[in-house]
Amino acid sequence: MSESHPVDFKTYLRRCLYVLIAVVCTTSLMIGASFLPNYGWPAKVAMILSIACVNAFVVAGFLMHLLSEKKLIYTLLGFTVFFVAGLFVLTIYALHDFPTGTTH
Amino acid sequence: MEIPYTVQPRPDIGLYNAKLGIWLFLASEVMLFGGLFSAYILLRVGAAPGEWPHGWLNVSLGTLNTLILALSAITTLLAWVACKVGEFGKFKFFHACTLALALTFLCVKMYEYHDKWIHYEIKMTDGRFADGHFESAVYVDKAANKELEEHSFRGMAFSEVSGGVTNNYELASVTLDGRIVTDEKLLDDLRSQKNIEREPVKIERAQIKHMENYGPWHNTFLAIYFTLTGLHALHILGGSIVIGYLWGPGRKMWKTDPARFTNRIEVSGLFWHFVDLVWIFLFPVLYLI
Repeated sequence: MSESHPVDFKTYLRRCLYVLIAVVCTTSLMIGASFLPNYGWPAKVAMILSIACVNAFVVAGFLMHLLSEKKLIYTLLGFTVFFVAGLFVLTIYALHDFPTGTTH
Repeated sequence: MEIPYTVQPRPDIGLYNAKLGIWLFLASEVMLFGGLFSAYILLRVGAAPGEWPHGWLNVSLGTLNTLILALSAITTLLAWVACKVGEFGKFKFFHACTLALALTFLCVKMYEYHDKWIHYEIKMTDGRFADGHFESAVYVDKAANKELEEHSFRGMAFSEVSGGVTNNYELASVTLDGRIVTDEKLLDDLRSQKNIEREPVKIERAQIKHMENYGPWHNTFLAIYFTLTGLHALHILGGSIVIGYLWGPGRKMWKTDPARFTNRIEVSGLFWHFVDLVWIFLFPVLYLI
């Protein structure tokens, strides 16, 4: 949330309105996608999570000003993404070793 | 001694101390939630086909909370902008809105938790399952020939002392607002069943084999649901305390050091946006998928 340019309240208000509209639209799309009858579970999951990523991009990019941040923040986030991705990859890599019957 | 770079950014990295600190903290938070999401994937993929519960959570309430958090993220940004342009009145308004929205989010979450807390599944001795929201229970003290109707579940038996006399009550019957099914799998996928009819169902004590509410112990889905949303709710609570402090006693700093106060608002706002980001993924993962 840093800004090197002069801050204008009305510009921000307009930006926030667009963000809110985007959030409402993406949330509606996610709910709609979850009720689609002719798609399998993997396709639905991919679709819903893709929309969630768009939603997250809008919030992080515009509200957190990640689109215009300092280089150090990007480096820091790069490391974070690397480690989180590693965490998920390890989980998926161990597919053959998954515990079964995880519901009771 | 004055701590350097609390207001002005460091010349080498272009960030002031608190901002670097909050981003490092957020990076650690991403790892924390990443680990839990990883656990969710493990449990979800490991579940046998058709056994993972579907439709157990109220999508309307989840959507409402998504919009509440999105709106609060916007008001926290506008509060920071108001500080930047020197309009303290607007700051107070937008920060109060953020606080009110945060508390509303928590209230909705508490309502959802309560709904699960009073929801019971009873395994019956004849192999059927009764499922529904708790309405009442009748307890009897056979020795004293006393009967008691309770509107909250007090276990299979309890003792009560009144007037120096101890009454030992035992459960006689339970009434749920729900239904009885023969196959437990019918209770897993609620989304595929339309127009589920609910009515008061009275179960005698002798018919009860096992009775349990929809707490985190009920099954794996509820365990991960309560863990993820509980941790997230704690973050909301923590953020609300910080926001409340900056809106209340902490705002005195505006008079003495407005630039530093604005930075504080920015840092708390970054945390709040992160909390919103986590919910953006929690909502589809728990409510929709």
